[in-house]
Amino acid sequence: MKKEKRSFLQNNVVQSLLASLICIVLGLFIGFIVLLFINPSGAVDAILTIIKNFMVFPNGNIALKYLGNTLVKTAPLLMCALSVLFSYKVGLFNIGAAGQYVIGAGVAVYAALAWQLPWWLCALLAMAAGAALGAVSGLLKSYFNVNEVISGIMLNWISLYSMNMLLVKVKEDTSPYTKQIAIHGKAALLPSLGLDKLFYNNKYVTIAVPLAVLIAVLVWVVLEKTKFGYELKATGMNKNAAKYSGMAEKRNIIVTLMIGGALAALGATMFYLSGYEQWATSQSSVPGMGFNGIAAAFLGGLNPIGTIFASFFIQHITEGGAYVDKTMYSSQISDLISSLIIYLCGFVLFMKHVMSKHAAKKGGKE
Amino acid sequence: MENPYAIEMLNITKVFPGIVANDDITLQLKKGEIHALLGENGAGKSTLMSVLFGLYQPEKGVIKKDGKEVKVNNPNDANELGIGMVHQHFKLVECFSVLDNIILGVEPCKHGFLQKNAARKKVLELSEKYGLQVNPDAIIEDITVGMQQRTEILKMLYRDNEILIFDEPTAVLTPQEIEELMKIMKNLVAEGKSILFISHKLNEIMSVADRCTVLRKGKYVGTVEIKDTTKEELSRMMVGRDVDFVVQKEEKTPGEVIFDVENLSVGSKTSKKDAVKNVSFRVRAGEIVCIAGIDGNGQTELVYGLTGLEPVKSGKIALCGKDITKASIRKRNTSGMSHIPEDRHKHGLVLDYTLEDNIVLQRYFEPEFTGKTGFLKRGNIRAYAERLIEQYDVRSGQGPVTLARSMSGGNQQKAIIAREIDKDPQLLVAVQPTRGLDVGAIEYIHRQLVAQRDAGRGVLLVSLELEEVLSVPDRILVMYEGEIVGELDPKTTTAEELGLYMSGAKREEK
Repeated sequence: MKKEKRSFLQNNVVQSLLASLICIVLGLFIGFIVLLFINPSGAVDAILTIIKNFMVFPNGNIALKYLGNTLVKTAPLLMCALSVLFSYKVGLFNIGAAGQYVIGAGVAVYAALAWQLPWWLCALLAMAAGAALGAVSGLLKSYFNVNEVISGIMLNWISLYSMNMLLVKVKEDTSPYTKQIAIHGKAALLPSLGLDKLFYNNKYVTIAVPLAVLIAVLVWVVLEKTKFGYELKATGMNKNAAKYSGMAEKRNIIVTLMIGGALAALGATMFYLSGYEQWATSQSSVPGMGFNGIAAAFLGGLNPIGTIFASFFIQHITEGGAYVDKTMYSSQISDLISSLIIYLCGFVLFMKHVMSKHAAKKGGKE
Repeated sequence: MENPYAIEMLNITKVFPGIVANDDITLQLKKGEIHALLGENGAGKSTLMSVLFGLYQPEKGVIKKDGKEVKVNNPNDANELGIGMVHQHFKLVECFSVLDNIILGVEPCKHGFLQKNAARKKVLELSEKYGLQVNPDAIIEDITVGMQQRTEILKMLYRDNEILIFDEPTAVLTPQEIEELMKIMKNLVAEGKSILFISHKLNEIMSVADRCTVLRKGKYVGTVEIKDTTKEELSRMMVGRDVDFVVQKEEKTPGEVIFDVENLSVGSKTSKKDAVKNVSFRVRAGEIVCIAGIDGNGQTELVYGLTGLEPVKSGKIALCGKDITKASIRKRNTSGMSHIPEDRHKHGLVLDYTLEDNIVLQRYFEPEFTGKTGFLKRGNIRAYAERLIEQYDVRSGQGPVTLARSMSGGNQQKAIIAREIDKDPQLLVAVQPTRGLDVGAIEYIHRQLVAQRDAGRGVLLVSLELEEVLSVPDRILVMYEGEIVGELDPKTTTAEELGLYMSGAKREEK
């Protein structure tokens, strides 16, 4: 077969990368403009601080420690992104990842504190709970044609309040926070296998970080190399053709959302069983991790490997926002800027579309 | 002297990477004529029209309107030049009324309020003038395909377009609607419009067009006066060789029963009455049985029931003696049934999958293609796809890794046929296998069907094309309102007799 000359812009990988980069730059730029409006004198410093994140610390060891913190939060984000991505490949928009994350957190923390279970058992229970939640959306979708976005959003809130109720039983007497796992549920702490040493004794860095990356690779392998992935993607691209060729398209939808649920729930386990944060039983909004997973999945070009980097970047920006000079900007500024950037990340597919249209106009279609 | 041409495309050349889609093509449309543009799939008809509409810029060549050179940079320019098009797949808002669709984009407004009365008056005048029967207040999804097409035509007329392009307009119509469309087209040119008629149906071109321009593989073959030519000559120009209109097949005595359908009833999605009522028939080894009928008389539902896409209400289906009435689709597919579906985009292909992935769509789970650990054997898939592509002459830009979406309709269909026939089925269910295809591809597919019959397989053909019904099968079963109303012998019956059964005017008593 002859090799055809193709426009540089028509290369899919190049397109994805470029689209993501453009979105990042645009997001930073708009964030910068907002900073300029609020307080022009500190804007340059503030945006640089956000980009630098842990690198704002001159001491290498301290910087390393804070890089560790970013990684600790990257792992759950990556898992949520994979949950969204996996479902997306099957034509499902798993906005319910946020709720699956919540239920995973609730079950893992409860199992750790109330039953003193080891970490792996907590993780398995959490994944089962997340899968069950995904199954609810999946069943509704495949048998009653209920849109998974609607059922997902409903379940997000149901999960939040039921987990708040559950976790009240294991909260500290004087605060709305759950008891510290490091003290009251030692068996459930994720092992770090010496990884903490690499990050200047950051004890929150555990096997969760490499595990999340490993799972991303696994998701890629399943989607691209296996019969299972072939079936799932066919179902996502053309449900009717999947049915015609004898695939169990209803089952595929349910299984997909179950896997998505398990992934998001495992992400929550990775975060809460590191001991980094305690669950606040008084919280009245669904944690953003699951929603940010959507942005990370798209910024990663809907590729599991790209998602690894995208998740790190988004977490990096979010963390960096925390170091912005609070005497010049109100404390919400970090969230504002990072959400602006995350918002722009959602435009990756649009950018890609614009690029291929541009390339098609110049080079003609294949 | 006045220029006789409404629009001229002179020496158009359009090159895509790796392919010259239009190579020095000239098309001159006279005022007040019906000019047919004939060519096989992939001959460059669509590219030429895209150039005319400004979707592509040609490397060489000019477009002239009334003798003056014009630049068409986008579809809006084309619209301003008075060029309008009825697409093969209609561009209508399903839940809007006919009137709303016609004025869409050019709504008459006063101070931001719609002035529908004036628009309605104009539409009614136009529909009167050109004999285009429509109800302006009917909702698109409720009306027939024929009326939807008339709505599309009115859209062009409402915009005062002078040059009307019809892209394969008869592909979706019943024989009666086709006749009506032909009349409408003649009315339009009588009133001074010029029509460009894109088609590969020779009979229609012969009956309605004044002149015909033929393209082949991106090249201009010639322009002929229809009154000086014959169907055979046109097809030779289009395909580049003589085409068999007669399906060659030898006498054969059918063998044992392969497929046995007894008292089958299938429910309907749209009404309370059953779509298929108490249908019984058999297909034997070595025969082609054709289900004929006008579209919408239960053929689709019958096929869904037989292939498992929808559950049946009652009755029995047996394949090679085994009851498969309640069997899953996968079970049917693996126990000797192949299905060439009616809608190749809806059921037949995963358009965003590569050609090779589509070729293994019915076999990917077999040990040859999936290992014990669940991993696909990519090497075997590639080799298998390459063999089928070679054997069935499936043409595509990049071979096995071509996206199915980017292939021409004829080659998409060839890929499906290759996949279904290579499974070596006992029974081949072929539903409108030649729909929307050109002469060359139709000939090819008919030969494949006959080859299956000759190899001792059973073939169940469902067709709406009279010519196909009369030439391909060994037996014809006519369906009318969900029932089989007659069995005819294609050797002795006539189109007239078939028509009487199809329209319900005549039926056999049981």
